[in-house]
Amino acid sequence: MVGADAKRIWHRLRAIDPRWLQIAVLTALICYAGFYLSQRITPINGAFAIGGALFAEWLGSRFSRRAFDPRSALITGLSLTLLLRTSMPSLMLAASLGAIAAKYSLRLNGKQVFNPSNIAIVAMTLLTPYAWISTGQWGQTALLVAWIGGLGMLVCARATRLDLALTFSIAWGAALLLRGAWLGDPAAIALHQLQDGTLLIFSFFMLTDPRATPDHRSARIAFAVAVCGVAYYLRFFQYQPDALIRALAVVSVATPLLDRWRHAARFQWRGVAAAVASQPRVMPVNAALIREQSVSV
Amino acid sequence: MRSAKKTNALRLLLSVALCVTAQATWAFCGFYVSSAPTKLFNHASQVVLAHQGKRTVITMANDFKGDVKDFALVIPVPTRLQREQIHVAERKLIDHLDAYTAPRLVQYFDEDPCGVRMEYDAMKPTAPAMRASSDAVMERRAKSLGVTIEAKYTVGEYDILILSAKQSDGLITWLQNSGYRIPKGAAEVVGSYLKQGMRFFVAKVNLETQSRALSNVGYQQLRPLQIAYEHSRFMLPIRLGTVNANGPQELFVYGLTSTGRLETTNYRTMRLPSDVNVPEFVQPQFAQFYRAMFGRQTQINDGRVVFTEYAWDMNSCDPCAAEPMSNDELRELGVSWLDAPQIRAQPYGARYIAPPPMASGVFVTRLHVRYDGVHFPEDLMFRETGDTQNFQGRYVMQHAYQGLANCPAAEQYFAEVLPQRQAQEVATLAELTGWDETKLLAKLPGRNALRGANAPRNPPTREDKTSNAAWWRQLWK
Repeated sequence: MVGADAKRIWHRLRAIDPRWLQIAVLTALICYAGFYLSQRITPINGAFAIGGALFAEWLGSRFSRRAFDPRSALITGLSLTLLLRTSMPSLMLAASLGAIAAKYSLRLNGKQVFNPSNIAIVAMTLLTPYAWISTGQWGQTALLVAWIGGLGMLVCARATRLDLALTFSIAWGAALLLRGAWLGDPAAIALHQLQDGTLLIFSFFMLTDPRATPDHRSARIAFAVAVCGVAYYLRFFQYQPDALIRALAVVSVATPLLDRWRHAARFQWRGVAAAVASQPRVMPVNAALIREQSVSV
Repeated sequence: MRSAKKTNALRLLLSVALCVTAQATWAFCGFYVSSAPTKLFNHASQVVLAHQGKRTVITMANDFKGDVKDFALVIPVPTRLQREQIHVAERKLIDHLDAYTAPRLVQYFDEDPCGVRMEYDAMKPTAPAMRASSDAVMERRAKSLGVTIEAKYTVGEYDILILSAKQSDGLITWLQNSGYRIPKGAAEVVGSYLKQGMRFFVAKVNLETQSRALSNVGYQQLRPLQIAYEHSRFMLPIRLGTVNANGPQELFVYGLTSTGRLETTNYRTMRLPSDVNVPEFVQPQFAQFYRAMFGRQTQINDGRVVFTEYAWDMNSCDPCAAEPMSNDELRELGVSWLDAPQIRAQPYGARYIAPPPMASGVFVTRLHVRYDGVHFPEDLMFRETGDTQNFQGRYVMQHAYQGLANCPAAEQYFAEVLPQRQAQEVATLAELTGWDETKLLAKLPGRNALRGANAPRNPPTREDKTSNAAWWRQLWK
């Protein structure tokens, strides 16, 4: 009986669009960070990030004559609220408008090059010292790691990008542990570095954007390893605390090349189980699918 | 006159209380090594980080209390330092910054419940809150061990060496042969730093210079060492400090930055609880309260948190716990951008006092961390944020009205308002410090005592509100 209930719940969960799951997880993380960890997440910044992204998305959909879908823009707004910090709400507004503008304008072969919140965060932190990323502010609690990891895996699995998240996690973990071993450091240092909440949010929610990552599994694995390599260089040779997020922006430029190297059908959100991974298959073309073609995380 | 005397007496009391309780075990971000067998304990470490872009000036102060001939300091540095990049500062600079940023107890006086009036007074815990062979032979020996003496300077009362090495074992052996006592377990940490391309800055007291300076200037304590360098690595090495640690250690980091608050990027930075009302009896034991609260807050956050105790634009302070730092003092501490055109707007305006002569374009952050090797396995990495929101550790003491009051409002004040408020203050105090609430409640005065002798008393009056390559040359002219 219990088994049947669990099965039913699981099927219902599987039927939910992963973007709604992601929205729920990001909202929960914002509440946790703002109320429990007392991170400096101000309501006005949140309103500007989310409002700006939704407004820009609405404008974009008007200009491109597509139906307005708030889900991806909401994720962009929530990601900015969660990761970007600024004492000037106008910068947050600029970031959210810029993120959606980048999504619509920076495209190659009809595919967006960057994850919108990623490129907006990188641009803002490079352009002004008054915007920064809150790395290290999550504490090192195993429970948090388990929750973000677990929910992140669920979202990624639904978006068919779990391979990317896992490859990156394994590669980054191995890189830190090997570096620690080479330096003769205790394992506690590498484990401390791996328990960072920002790293997990990055790995499971930003890196794994199905609309801005390669379509073929082999290309995705290469992508994850490249992000890891660039991040390692930025972190340990350039001493940049924002290495991961910058590395993703750098490697994203190579996505079109990776797509050319290993071609596969492009990911499209379909609401329910749109498992378009490495193996191309015949997709039912319908009006809803066409409407949602431009939507991305 | 009378009120001024009272205020002074209170201040004295506070200062004494703070000095008496400043006995925790402290350590430094590097380690001390001794050439004598006496066991040395590290105490308060205070570090000032003046940072802009890639430029960093680190001022390191300690309260070393042993024989100066036993003093030696070893810290890793990211680049080779020239003679001009090393300086000895005066201790009073750090004492001033410490007093300026220290958590403060402010007091208010209840108005006459039968009238309307209020007075304000600010108390400053001005005392620092917690203090908490011949050259050729040497070089030959160093070379044989794979150690390179990159530079050798005498700065003030210190003899300084900048060392690099191929292997940690060689460096450890060389240091031991040269009379340094290296704590057990240091080799691994030294090796890690060497592989990361860092050099070692080794300072010893030059006894000759020290005794001459002692007779000329009369300073007893070792003065803080300063180093200035340009490197994108913005960190403070604490790992060596945990090697010879006897329990957790205390570190104060004062950030002087140009855009905003300093925070750590690999540990959670959070604000110490502030702006809370505490009972009147906290006044004579403010230092104990602060220590207990800090200990308790560290404990409930699993010992893995760096606390912000003060973050404020140097344009203003409210209340000012000490005289504002002058431009000269800030320059001495490494603020190299004072003469540059202002790049930031002054945040928040009218409410704050801006007593002259204050520096502008400098944001000060005071971080306080209690660390050990288990909870802080990695060095502290910093980031200068753009956050200019002001914050201070501020604790409010609201004195009960003690004058004549005979009216229904006074009855309610003494019977309900005051006891309720005091109970709440005790509950807050117990929560913040972990002290026993029952014992604290017993310290509260009874109702009759609250009404006091009916002698009118004048409330105290308000008082005391008051990329040039060698850019470091400009600092210590």
